[in-house]
Amino acid sequence: MVQLAFYLFAALTLGGALAVLLTRNVMYAAFFLLLTLLGVAALFVLASADFLAVAQIIIYVGGVLVLVIFGVMLTHKPKQLTEQQPNVARPNVISTQHRSWLGALIVAGSLFAVFYNILTQAHFVLFDRTATYQTSVDTIGKQLMTEYLIPFEIAGVLLLAALVGAAYLSSQKSTTD
Amino acid sequence: MEPLNSGLYLLVAAALFSIGLAIVLLKRHAIVVLMGIELMLNAVNLNLVAFSQYDPDRLQGQMMTLFVMVVAAAEAAIALAIILQVYRHFRTVQLDEISEMRK
Repeated sequence: MVQLAFYLFAALTLGGALAVLLTRNVMYAAFFLLLTLLGVAALFVLASADFLAVAQIIIYVGGVLVLVIFGVMLTHKPKQLTEQQPNVARPNVISTQHRSWLGALIVAGSLFAVFYNILTQAHFVLFDRTATYQTSVDTIGKQLMTEYLIPFEIAGVLLLAALVGAAYLSSQKSTTD
Repeated sequence: MEPLNSGLYLLVAAALFSIGLAIVLLKRHAIVVLMGIELMLNAVNLNLVAFSQYDPDRLQGQMMTLFVMVVAAAEAAIALAIILQVYRHFRTVQLDEISEMRK
């Protein structure tokens, strides 16, 4: 049963990622990315990382993806209706151009071949232990307040800096240079 | 629950990373390239979580994943702000059409 769910969510994740790769429409790519991120969240649950699954949905799906869709829509000008083409079929479609498939497929395919070879031959000692299915919220809370206190504070400062920086960078400046 | 074969997690993560790399190399729209980077970060997170389930006392992998998520969110916000300014300057976000420092 768990195996079946795992294969289902793995197929969802990889299928969504492949669809992002194959589609030319940027909005479709954003929504396929949503599918992929949800699949990764489900795989987190199956690896007994329940807190991270919820965090993945809140941060990525609720935050990053909404930001990405805002970005896609803000950086697009509709095609002008010119004299030669008085009615473009879909003037609002946002499409991306592709470079040559050859280079990307060679690099990514060979990287995956190397990974596949290594992972099928490797034997990880850690995987010989028995996995425990328990909630990870308590442990993460304790760890954040003890062992990872300083990285936690630094992450807070980083988020503040990113907030101020993004607000400053994207503000409409009167460029009188 | 019978345990899952965790090697499968690593294979799924490797495939996700390769697809993300292919997206970064193939696409010319700046935001789609950003999506490829997010996919690669997610693949790394999947690896960390797969190893972390055998370490229930300290959960070092899951803590690392949490910080990767934080940095990814900050990175996405900053990158989209930069892309917005690039669009205001050049009126396009197709990366191959942006080849000058000033226009």
